[in-house]
Amino acid sequence: MLIFERSRPGRRGAVRVPVRPGNVAEIPRSQLRARPPGLPEVSELDAVRHYTGLSQRNFSIDTHFYPLGSCTMKYNPRACNALAMLPQFLARHPGAPADTGQGFLACLFELQEMLKSVTGMAQVSLAPMAGAQGEFAGVAMIRAYHDSRGDAARDEILVPDAAHGTNPASAVMCGYRVREIPTDADGNVDVAALGSAVGPRTAGLMLTNPSTLGVFERHIVGIGNIVHGAGGLLYYDGANLNAILGRVKPGDMGFDVIHINLHKTFSTPHGGGGPGAGPVGVTAALAPFLPLPVIGQAGAGFRLLDERDAPLTIGRLGAHLGNAGVLLRAYVYMRMLGAAGMRRVADYSTLNANYLMAELRRAGFQIAFPGRRATHEFVVTLKLLRDKTGVTAMDVAKRLLDKGCHAPTAYFPQLVPESLLIEPTETESKETLDAFVAAMKEILEEARRDPQLVKGAPHATPLGRLDEARAARDLDLTWRPG
Amino acid sequence: MPFIPHTEDDTRAMLAAIGVAAIDDLFDEIPRGLRADALAGMPPALSEMEIARLMHERAARDGTWLNFIGAGAYEHHIPAAVWQIATRGEFYSAYTPYQAEASQGTLQVLYEYQSMMASLTALDVSNASLYDGASALAEAVLMAVRAHKSSRRVLVPRTVHPSWRKVARTIVRNQGIELLEIPFDPGTGATALEALGRFRGSEPAAVVIPQPNFFGVLEPVDELADWAHANGALAIAAVNPTALALLKPPGEWGPQGADIAVGDGQPLGVPLAGGGPYLGFMTCRKDLVRQMPGRIVGATRDRDGRRGYVLTLQAREQHIRRAKATSNICTNQGLMTTAATLYLALLGPAGLAEVARACHANTLALAARLTRIRGVARAFSGAIFHEVVLRLPVPVAPVLRALREHRILGGCDLEQDYPELGHALLVCATETRTGDDIARYGAELERVIGLPPRSAAEPGG
Repeated sequence: MLIFERSRPGRRGAVRVPVRPGNVAEIPRSQLRARPPGLPEVSELDAVRHYTGLSQRNFSIDTHFYPLGSCTMKYNPRACNALAMLPQFLARHPGAPADTGQGFLACLFELQEMLKSVTGMAQVSLAPMAGAQGEFAGVAMIRAYHDSRGDAARDEILVPDAAHGTNPASAVMCGYRVREIPTDADGNVDVAALGSAVGPRTAGLMLTNPSTLGVFERHIVGIGNIVHGAGGLLYYDGANLNAILGRVKPGDMGFDVIHINLHKTFSTPHGGGGPGAGPVGVTAALAPFLPLPVIGQAGAGFRLLDERDAPLTIGRLGAHLGNAGVLLRAYVYMRMLGAAGMRRVADYSTLNANYLMAELRRAGFQIAFPGRRATHEFVVTLKLLRDKTGVTAMDVAKRLLDKGCHAPTAYFPQLVPESLLIEPTETESKETLDAFVAAMKEILEEARRDPQLVKGAPHATPLGRLDEARAARDLDLTWRPG
Repeated sequence: MPFIPHTEDDTRAMLAAIGVAAIDDLFDEIPRGLRADALAGMPPALSEMEIARLMHERAARDGTWLNFIGAGAYEHHIPAAVWQIATRGEFYSAYTPYQAEASQGTLQVLYEYQSMMASLTALDVSNASLYDGASALAEAVLMAVRAHKSSRRVLVPRTVHPSWRKVARTIVRNQGIELLEIPFDPGTGATALEALGRFRGSEPAAVVIPQPNFFGVLEPVDELADWAHANGALAIAAVNPTALALLKPPGEWGPQGADIAVGDGQPLGVPLAGGGPYLGFMTCRKDLVRQMPGRIVGATRDRDGRRGYVLTLQAREQHIRRAKATSNICTNQGLMTTAATLYLALLGPAGLAEVARACHANTLALAARLTRIRGVARAFSGAIFHEVVLRLPVPVAPVLRALREHRILGGCDLEQDYPELGHALLVCATETRTGDDIARYGAELERVIGLPPRSAAEPGG
């Protein structure tokens, strides 16, 4: 039932606001709203019960194993939430001057410094509000860099065909043409194809390493030399930083500009689709172009740098200073892990992924890149299963819901047929991984014995399989009183 | 090990199952020269108790302030239920609802949110959020240019929030889109209709119409929307959602209504929090929905004919269309959307209108009190909603500094963004400011400015 269907004319929640007399005195009648908006009229209990009930119709990390590849669904420590929501931080107005928020700014400044440390970049801006905004900022900086040198002929961004869809979309938003680079049989960038693609039109290459195929790009140094040799810059998509945190720094791999997804590697909550945060890091040569604000030092304290400090900035990405509450959560997380904890993230996320890969292979699943180590995630292909039984990756994903696991990412990477991208993260125990393997094994047996059972899944969720084609055909995007 | 559950036995058994001797071996594909040593600059770990102490100390050092700043972010009362429910793990720790059957909670919240925002703006459809109001405006500009097809010029009044204009410029600049500024009438503080004539031949793709504008002043929205349509342009409304409880919604501006509405949803239950996370909202006419950026939720049926919700029209999005997507946005501001939905449900139409009326009345009371001070006057004659520009007899920055010594945040200094206004200060009093708060501000400002009070016989500002 929708909240609107619980509505009764004249019913009210508990909030009452005293209104001084005088009312809407100053607003001309022609500017006033004729009819009130169609918001629900419910009591506070109605609303609390309704939304609590809805929450129970979700899978989440707090309730279920959530091995959604490429999303790093690790446990979100509650301390991070509690300490970011201290009343003084919540009440801070973004327009309040720096002298009224030195404690708050100290956290953000130290976060910049810690991100520099783990990425090996010279300078960081916390401004981007999600990974895709970080990508936009990064590519815009690449463009600003070339423009600043009068190098205006570079109009192409190279993107591997295995890349996240955000990469080509971000490049286009920055006014670039996108050229795709193929992947070789081992999951590496096809270096020969890259060599023939680069040239005077190359502005840069966007690369995720480890890649979206769940393997480390072994030729990264050579790739960097090819791109730099052609005058282009190297962009690091930090979606998979979790796999190498504390073990390899993007700066050491030769990247000029990077973004980091704090909602992945640094465990800020995904919130049902956000908010995230996508800080960008750069080499010294690109630092003048960073998006604003950057937190700078001022004597013993801190202040927000602006256009007077950074005249070459690409500009601003949001009205204020970015997703500050997300940044505070990441700050608390990093301080709780410390230097040694950073490396443990890579160690145990990689251990969990390789263990899960070995056990699934043992259970009869086909691994997409069997000759390679898993990073923090790996790809299973169900092509053979589909050919034999008709059961697809989507069917297996839906059947996993019945077994109490959120599904892995399905049909991405698109290069691998019937793919499941599985990322267990370091916060899951061996028992949870073993239970997942057992569930996958059961599904495999069900697919052979009774494929319709799997194809009809899910059966145990509040609703059965939903008709996505109908949703797109008969658009129903808002509730209207019937 | 914090947040890592492995016992030594677990690790040993797992390594054996993989067939390696040590965790280090799992990284053997990484070229040796790339392997990092210790992380210089990364401090040692703190326990939860230690970090809690540090954060409490820092929060206490920042303290609390009596706030009269608005300027795009507004201090409203947030019912306790909003964040108690929004931070339930089932909402807090889920992700984008790709698996619809395991995400009906999030999906239904988004569908309800879309319905509420469409109704608030009187437009047909809504997306499931963008990052903030400023980036939503930039996306609306891109969307209008896509829809218009032949023009890459958009008119933006100088009365739009200066940061929003900067953000729009940053985001659209690389696509060869030109943003032209429309001046404002120095008397009323609203966009100068008579200045529109000079843009008649410019064939704009869209006209941005703020309501209320950055000065708090109400714009002639009917005339502006009408002018846009008469000149072949789309009308983009940039609105404050609280104000829409009282003000004519964008869908009813002029004979045709605005085509796209955007704004910052922060006033709807999202704390100020130093600047974010907030949420950008966007609604539009039905026929523009395929040009919309971001996630959209639609109702459908399950196998047994029961109503349910899914992400829809995904062919617009980057994960399907890649370089041809309407935007690069992926992760949006989901949890903030959940909070906004809860807020609107808890307030209802009567509660939201009460908040809007209280903000309006409090700001008028604040303006009345402060303009009793000699040399302080309202800068514009235009009607306002819940912010007002005051002209001071002295430079603003030192005044605000002096007020901070009394723990008062006195407003937003406009001298840098609008030097033509002289010593101009933008102030705001939401429903959270009491009569005592306003009296305290009045008394302190009077003392800081230091002129003798105006006698009863002198005309007020």
